[in-house]
Amino acid sequence: MDVVLLAVLQAAVVALGAPLMVGTLRTLKARLVGHRGPVPWQPFLDLRKLLAKTPVVSDTTSWIFRATPYVLAGAMLVAALATPLLTSRPPLAFAGIILLMSLFLLGTFFLALAGLDAGSAFGGMGSSREVAVAALAEPTVMLAVFALALRANTTNLGGIVERVSAEPQLAINPAHLLAFVAFFIVMLAETGRLPVDNPATHLELTMIHEAMVLEYSGRHLALVEWASAMKLLVFLSLLANLFFPWGVPAGITPLAMLGGLLALGAKLVVLAGALALLETAIAKLRLFRVPELLAGSFALGVLSVSAVFLLR
Amino acid sequence: MLRQLALALQHGIVTEPPAREDEVERLGARLADEIRARFSRSLAIRQVDAGSCNGCELEIGGLTGPHYDLERFGVHFVASPRHADCLLVTGPVTRNMAEALRRTWQATPDPKFVVAAGDCASDGGIFRGSYAVVGGVHEVVPVHALIAGCPPSPAALLAGLLDALGRPR
Amino acid sequence: MGALVYALTALLGAGAAAAGVAGMLGARWALRIDWLVPLGGLELQMDALAGLFVALVGAGAVPVSLYAIGYAGRERRGALAYAVFVAAMLVVPLAANVMTFVLAWELMSLASYVLVLDGARAGREAAASAYAGWVYALMTHAGLACLLAGMLLLTAWTGSPRFADWTAAAPTFGVGARSLVWALLALGFAAKAGGVPLHVWLPLAHPAAPSHVSALMSGVMIKLGVYGLLRASLAWLAPAVPWWGAALLLVGAVSAVVGVLYAIVDRDLKRLLAFSSIDNVGIVLVGTGAALTFAAADLPGLALLALAAAFYHIVNHAAFKSLLFMAAGSVLHGAGTRDMEALGGLIKRQPWTAACFLVGAVAIAGLPPLNGFVSEWLTFQALLQNVLIPQPASNLVFALGIAGLALAAGLAVACFVKAFGITFLALPRSETAASAHEAPVIMRVAMVATAAACAALALGASWVVPALAAVAATLIPGPPPVTVGAWRTLEVSGDFATLSVPAVALALGAGILLPFVALVALRARPRPRRYETWSCGRLLQTARMEYTAIAFADPFTRVFDFFYRPVKRLDIDMHPESRFFVRRIRYENPTRFIVDDWLYAPLGRALRAVARRTAIVQSGSPNLYVAYVLAALLVLLLVA
Repeated sequence: MDVVLLAVLQAAVVALGAPLMVGTLRTLKARLVGHRGPVPWQPFLDLRKLLAKTPVVSDTTSWIFRATPYVLAGAMLVAALATPLLTSRPPLAFAGIILLMSLFLLGTFFLALAGLDAGSAFGGMGSSREVAVAALAEPTVMLAVFALALRANTTNLGGIVERVSAEPQLAINPAHLLAFVAFFIVMLAETGRLPVDNPATHLELTMIHEAMVLEYSGRHLALVEWASAMKLLVFLSLLANLFFPWGVPAGITPLAMLGGLLALGAKLVVLAGALALLETAIAKLRLFRVPELLAGSFALGVLSVSAVFLLR
Repeated sequence: MLRQLALALQHGIVTEPPAREDEVERLGARLADEIRARFSRSLAIRQVDAGSCNGCELEIGGLTGPHYDLERFGVHFVASPRHADCLLVTGPVTRNMAEALRRTWQATPDPKFVVAAGDCASDGGIFRGSYAVVGGVHEVVPVHALIAGCPPSPAALLAGLLDALGRPR
Repeated sequence: MGALVYALTALLGAGAAAAGVAGMLGARWALRIDWLVPLGGLELQMDALAGLFVALVGAGAVPVSLYAIGYAGRERRGALAYAVFVAAMLVVPLAANVMTFVLAWELMSLASYVLVLDGARAGREAAASAYAGWVYALMTHAGLACLLAGMLLLTAWTGSPRFADWTAAAPTFGVGARSLVWALLALGFAAKAGGVPLHVWLPLAHPAAPSHVSALMSGVMIKLGVYGLLRASLAWLAPAVPWWGAALLLVGAVSAVVGVLYAIVDRDLKRLLAFSSIDNVGIVLVGTGAALTFAAADLPGLALLALAAAFYHIVNHAAFKSLLFMAAGSVLHGAGTRDMEALGGLIKRQPWTAACFLVGAVAIAGLPPLNGFVSEWLTFQALLQNVLIPQPASNLVFALGIAGLALAAGLAVACFVKAFGITFLALPRSETAASAHEAPVIMRVAMVATAAACAALALGASWVVPALAAVAATLIPGPPPVTVGAWRTLEVSGDFATLSVPAVALALGAGILLPFVALVALRARPRPRRYETWSCGRLLQTARMEYTAIAFADPFTRVFDFFYRPVKRLDIDMHPESRFFVRRIRYENPTRFIVDDWLYAPLGRALRAVARRTAIVQSGSPNLYVAYVLAALLVLLLVA
């Protein structure tokens, strides 16, 4: 019964916390450049407004265009249930990082198809760039997984959290920190944040993720935006709980879940602040320099794995 | 990166409160109550340049800066009319842009409205009567609110938008 | 007329599949007919490994043969060759001595050669088919030469052509001798499987053959190369030597990346699928190489895991690749072309084909909850545990394998977004695509059945994987690497990794329905309005404004240009009377095949140079030829 409660609570935290996270990031970024900025709960107001609009759907599209927002939201919800968010054992207890990354790829696959479906040059361009960035980020993810799995002797997310928190000195190990930086760069690439992609840009030629959703409106757009927010929250929670697993309780009593939520909140505030500062301070990379960034993160992943072997 | 943080802490927030009613001259029509209620807290604007001299665009650009900060009212600019609730149209609507403007209006999902900014948008402004110009946005798409000026200052634009949305300032 | 032969082949396949599964579950029988085949007689033997591959061939042949009834049933040409092809493939795993094996192998190659040439029918791409057939025949016979060399060496050393005798005598040979034979056999089998750099025939032959033949060639025939490698490494030349596994792992990783890199930039739908087969064979070879390395390092549990993962991927690839080729054949049949630059919008004209291709694309891209994801997951779990081998050199090879496989997996997603998106979505790019028609019912039935098989293989992973692990255990004795827990969870190596495919599928289904149900309950689903695609208010929206296949692959062409080495050519024709008016612009930027440029072209040139030198012997003068005969006679008299 507790597992069901955990599942419901975890889904609610991600579903409701994701727009709040995105809104908080926007407010923080605005404050850092002298704006008053929107209120942190602005995305909720935006989503509510979008749900009431009548969508405009192009004649060129097919059922894939209309189905993709639901597939995307579904994949992100399952990913949310598979992450150790509130406790060290997520509701989908068998999940590992490979499953999580594959769920994100499932979302990217369908979103890229939806971008092609409209038959516009923008959508095709967005799809082509998005799958290129996702493909080039994969080797880094696997190496970061390898580094973590080597240490914890399991690829199960709950297992990794438990074993790293049992030996806190592992977290200041250089291999661990290198893997964290590599995974952070992958997070920037996969969630479409600066310096890889500017989520607030209006120039179509600079868009990667936004270009695929130019054709969506109304409730479809609301679902796609919500799913993107959930992806960001899941990635940040992974960074917080996998690499710094202190405060993640092992039990699934309601009290433990509350404690886990507070710990997660604290870590997310720090991460959000760091992300806002990073995005405000650096400019977007030229598109054809992004593979160099990803190659750099791959090199960090290789170093991390080598460090694990050397420091055994 | 730390330099950015230092700059931010040094200068702080420079956003000014919007101008009071008597400081700005504007001409507007109030939107239907229903639309107003829907968009008063969250509005997406797609700006359409229908042949303007770009004077209005520069003033509109000022709205996104830290002093006028449109985002604090929940209003933001979007790239695609599919994402928009409001079309902010400038320019006298040249003949070459008339069809494009019409298609942009059709591409915007309901409920939607149009705000015409600038003297050119209301009746052609200084280009009125030219062979290349249709003569005002209302000739092409229905206009719900009008902000006069050549060009209207950012304060006037802000006041006009907020007025159209019925937002208390 | 052909339909009857295809139907009979389907029946044969079904029977063989049943016999194969029986063999996997423990049935053993042998058949020996001395007079049927010279130099040893026909000898067939069923064991677990043979059973697996017989079941694979049989089960693969059933839907493809049904499909062929609709695709080519009205013609007589090719039907008999097809039946011979399937029959020969059924005999290869069962063969128990050299002559039987070689005869069946050669029959398989000849039958498929005939079928590849058949693509020249109706004058369509006749020259291309002839070239494809020639390269195919060349590579397959070069491979056969290596196979024969290795097998004859073993026959000479053990004094018997029977495989059972080789298995018994294997431990008595030295490492050097076994490695030499292994190298020869591996060359031959890897050429059949399509490992880089011996893959050059695959992208030529598979598109040229008719689609049902391509489905079998890609789905089943190239796996028989892996069968040969396994027999050679784990039975005829056991115990495995460590460098064999490392070599296979590296070849596999390179094939995986090279295959998918060429698939991404291709504009021909079937050639894209052929390159993707090279990618998947690479994944299988990585699993096989890992198994051999673990076996040599005395870690039977991990070796079994890697081998079970390789078997599972073999079965899965047979399922989704034959599905993809059948769908591609349906596109060719309905739209008349397989050039993606001329296709588009087919999802509206061929909805069944599109849905089946989508299932195949999601499966081959390794996305949950379908079967490609599960077998790639299993392969990764085997590779990730390589730390238990205490040699840094092995660990490095494994790390390269992991990185290569991950890159290939990511690129495969991009490749199949392109394949499905450009072919089926948006507007048609040509008249033929705009007037495409859907495939006949029987072809649709075959495709839907195969798509259902993909889903069943995924959901039934917790039954299939332990069964495959049991087959693997007959080659490498050891404890079962995978146990099944609650909710049909696969537990790998204790608690190293866990996965429950039914739970994932259920969760995905619930996750997709939840927002839909919520929106319905909130009554927040106004009917959408139909309008044109947003194109910045432009007056005309045609198919010319869509993204093309080549444009979609542009980021990859740029990032990997050191690999593709494209040669840009720009020819501008000016008007003769003015130097300002351009009459015609021709732009070419083809990718070049690195293996062709660096390996085969120099090899071909060297061979031709040698041939020119030795051609001096053929002077054309009869007197000289008589002198040759006399000299040969003298030498023989002196020596004998």
